[in-house]
Amino acid sequence: MNFYRYASPQTFYPLAGRMLPWFAMAAVLLAVVGLAIGFVVAPTDFQQGEVYRIIFIHVPSAWMAMLVYLVMAGYAVLTLALRARLPAMMTLALAPTGALMAAIALWTGALWGKPTWGTYWAWDARMTSTLILLFLYLGYLALVSAIEDTQRADRAGAVLVLVGVINVPIIYFSVQWWNTLHQGASVSPTGGSSMATVMLQGMLVMTLAAWCYCIACALHRVRSIILEREGHSHWVRRLVAQPAGSPLLEEAENRI
Amino acid sequence: MSSADSVRPAVEASRPATTDTFSAFGWALRRDLTLALRRKSATLNLVSFFVLSCMMFPLAIGPQQAWLQRVGPGVVWVAALLALLLALPRLFEHDHQDGSLEQMLASGRSLPALVAGKLLAAWLVSALPLVVVTPLLAMSLYLDGSSTLLLMVSLLLGTPSLLAIGSIGAALTLGLRGAATLITLICLPLFVPVLIFGAGAVEMQAAGLSPLAHLALLAAVMLLALASAPFVAALGLRTSLE
Repeated sequence: MNFYRYASPQTFYPLAGRMLPWFAMAAVLLAVVGLAIGFVVAPTDFQQGEVYRIIFIHVPSAWMAMLVYLVMAGYAVLTLALRARLPAMMTLALAPTGALMAAIALWTGALWGKPTWGTYWAWDARMTSTLILLFLYLGYLALVSAIEDTQRADRAGAVLVLVGVINVPIIYFSVQWWNTLHQGASVSPTGGSSMATVMLQGMLVMTLAAWCYCIACALHRVRSIILEREGHSHWVRRLVAQPAGSPLLEEAENRI
Repeated sequence: MSSADSVRPAVEASRPATTDTFSAFGWALRRDLTLALRRKSATLNLVSFFVLSCMMFPLAIGPQQAWLQRVGPGVVWVAALLALLLALPRLFEHDHQDGSLEQMLASGRSLPALVAGKLLAAWLVSALPLVVVTPLLAMSLYLDGSSTLLLMVSLLLGTPSLLAIGSIGAALTLGLRGAATLITLICLPLFVPVLIFGAGAVEMQAAGLSPLAHLALLAAVMLLALASAPFVAALGLRTSLE
């Protein structure tokens, strides 16, 4: 099978459409299983009580926030190196999901911090660098949406993502250093205890759910972006000319 | 092959590439300095903004000596950072509006060298004046002599990084509506390490520790930024003008 065939929006659109339901279903199933393990099976933590259960959402989202940015950087390289359209569309499709993951990580971190540390926000190194990561996402989205010419938007966004990805380790290191100078190691998000196996399993399943969710979201969004940008082309016109819900629509999709 | 195509390589070859790069750098530097000298108000406004924004802090938090000594280095650093953010949109905007930027792109000279020349000129007319007035501000914030000196050194080492990173933002947002706000949004997260190392150096000394590690990191960031930013900014300019 020739994978390069799917490098064009026209061939990728139906492929994304076929993959989308699988990832969406997997995300829902894994989330149900993961949350069941997290909220029912996993024991209460003897130090933190029930509050610790928020890590089943917090940790996967924090991981995804970082991973999605790295994946965006990979697509940004492809955008600049190959001058291709699809990688740029994928970069754009991933950004809101990455921003959402960073926001969820911060939000759940705050909710966890209040009962555990007694404060919603601490200038902890990880929290601060996640906040900066969120602003990197928002900056990318602001830049891309401010540029009307899509080709320029794609390339400018790619340059910004790459500059950002070089900076992320420097930012993380600097914030961590700054943090250790300002306050001792009084707070540490790891909670200090080694984790029970069942907790680890729950977190692993939730991480897989987060992966599937992010992939499904990106695929769904990239399909919309493809339709929007390729609206002038024949195949999109043929596709949208079909009445919604008609069997012809699916057939047309499969034929492309 | 047309006759023009066959002539050009011969002319290019007669001049070594390095000389060409340096002449492009020198040309951009001289040109931007000349322009800045004919429009001195821009520099003056920037310095005024710097001084005024520093003045706001004592007015907001009170004139207690101990507080001001404590927050002083950070205040000066943030004010310098904001002042340079104000200067960033001007880096390419005028040249873009009067078309000279496209001439530079079409000239066939090394665009990164031109950008580097413009950056040095911008640093001389925007950042250096801020460092020069820093002792005055430090005095008003009750900083002692050695802190003031260290603050100036950290600004000297840090401001080139800010301008270099900022030039990427300025290149990417060239000619956009609301470019100034966009530059702020893009650049501030990237400025974080410079701010931490810069203001941190002074704070280390105040705490009785050696500031050398902070200064070394500040210099490292500066070298990285200066070595890479002109190329990235040039790529950004090509992207924006294509």
